[in-house]
Amino acid sequence: MKMKKKLAKAFSSLPLHLAIITICLIWLMPTVGLLISSFRPRNDVLTSGWWTVFQHPFDFTQYTLQNYVNVLSAQSMGRAFLNSFIITIPSTLIPITVAALAAYAFAWMEFPGRQLLFAIVIGLLVIPLQMTFIPILRIYNRLGLAGTFLGIWLAHTGYGLPFAVYLLRNFFGSLPKDLFESAYLDGASHFVAFFRLALPLSVPALASLAIFQFLWVWNDLLVALIYLGGTERVAPLTLKLSSLVNSLGQNWHLLTSAAFVSMVVPLVLFFSLQRYFVRGILAGAVKG
Amino acid sequence: MKKGGVLPWLYLAPSLLFLGFFLVYPTLHTLYLSFFDERSENFVGLQNYIWALTSEDMLIAFRNNLLWLVLFTGLTLSLGLILAVILDRVRYEAVAKSIIFMPMAISFVGAGVIWKFVYAYRPANAAQIGLLNAILRLMNLNPIGWLVNRATNNFAIIAVGVWIWTGFCMVVLSAAYKGIPKELVEAARVDGASEWQVFWHITLPMIKPTIAVVATTLVINVLKVFDLVYVMTNGDLGTEVIANRMYKEMFHFLNFGRASSIAVILLLAIIPVMLFNIRRFQEQEAMR
Repeated sequence: MKMKKKLAKAFSSLPLHLAIITICLIWLMPTVGLLISSFRPRNDVLTSGWWTVFQHPFDFTQYTLQNYVNVLSAQSMGRAFLNSFIITIPSTLIPITVAALAAYAFAWMEFPGRQLLFAIVIGLLVIPLQMTFIPILRIYNRLGLAGTFLGIWLAHTGYGLPFAVYLLRNFFGSLPKDLFESAYLDGASHFVAFFRLALPLSVPALASLAIFQFLWVWNDLLVALIYLGGTERVAPLTLKLSSLVNSLGQNWHLLTSAAFVSMVVPLVLFFSLQRYFVRGILAGAVKG
Repeated sequence: MKKGGVLPWLYLAPSLLFLGFFLVYPTLHTLYLSFFDERSENFVGLQNYIWALTSEDMLIAFRNNLLWLVLFTGLTLSLGLILAVILDRVRYEAVAKSIIFMPMAISFVGAGVIWKFVYAYRPANAAQIGLLNAILRLMNLNPIGWLVNRATNNFAIIAVGVWIWTGFCMVVLSAAYKGIPKELVEAARVDGASEWQVFWHITLPMIKPTIAVVATTLVINVLKVFDLVYVMTNGDLGTEVIANRMYKEMFHFLNFGRASSIAVILLLAIIPVMLFNIRRFQEQEAMR
């Protein structure tokens, strides 16, 4: 009787499981197809679908690393990979440092216009970046900052700040008030309270923020297109990949491996630091 | 909280400098430029705005952004909600969530390449290399040029957007769903409510505030949608969107007046969201 009930229950939830598994397959298939194709030789990619490898999945002669060798050397994706790191690391560290100071002031200091100033920061959170490109690019051209790493570090700092200040201010503000008050009573300066209390207690928030900003910059195309546009030497992966889409057109064997080169860092971050990753994305999705 | 004359401003100074230079000043300057001609030399009044609101290309862009707004927002929200609810009932919830959330980690450019490959078209007599057309051939239908055919291309790109963002909606809504008190749902079931009734009369009203927040995020992102369209079709064949048009006016036609007016229109569309954000924050502050 019990057995029968269990069986009936399993049977009635069968459509549910089928639906979920189908959706998961639909979500997974495009990426898996790309991954498999990136390891197939040119002729195979251009003449048959990637699913045909499943006819004999363990016949390793049908796979090759040649596409990766090609994109990394001849198509200079290797250089772009390095550029992405050179762009992303300072563009993550500078805004977080600058924002942490301001967030501390907003959370634990008193000064005239505090509320208003913070409301303005929240307003700036959703400004379309498009509003800023023309004036900044003109200044950059005059100062010789267009097409330089320094220029894009500063731009990403400016664009990343509203969200960083907002997130850290909320986190600092939620730390126990007594802790700070007793520290001040014991004669701790703001400087000490910032470095000894606020920062160490906020490591999870800082980690989420760092991951969000890192991915945002790593995956960014628009800002790189505007400020680094014509300069091949400093182009990050996204820029390089989008220009390969134009120039390689139907050369799928190269495009697929190039796309995977650009995705490998975000995917590693996603699978290794999923908890922080989810928090960062959820908090930051309203960013301009 | 400690009073401190100049000290707060020292903490704030770096942030205020960056925000002023990269967001506040250029926003105002772009507003100013939108009333001038292409080289920002002669005042032209509202001419750029009249062009932006009446020209053929811009009308197509407005139509498409509206299509994105309705379809993309509607589909991602409802799919995300359905997944949040049904995944709560299975044991492999974490794995399924990872799979569906993963596209959020990769760049729009990468996603664009992935899906261009899914949509790849070959004539009916050749072997298909794109997954979607291979399925059509399997059902003895003619392959479709998904990104070329004007009847399908907009939907094809929107589907990629849905693929990327559904995971985001699912994760946020799932957190809210799990926050609903279990007793409430149990009580309703004991009183004989069907699963549908529970969903409509308990689940939905309880997570409405979260749905509002998610919807706001989606709307902001949909208004500024750029990368996907830029990579997949570059706005050709009737797939133009506002942000891509602005990029074209700026870099291809070098018409800074028109580009600025498009940016201002984007900003105007986002201002209600901005006010909503500020008000929500002030309510939160009042409750602190």
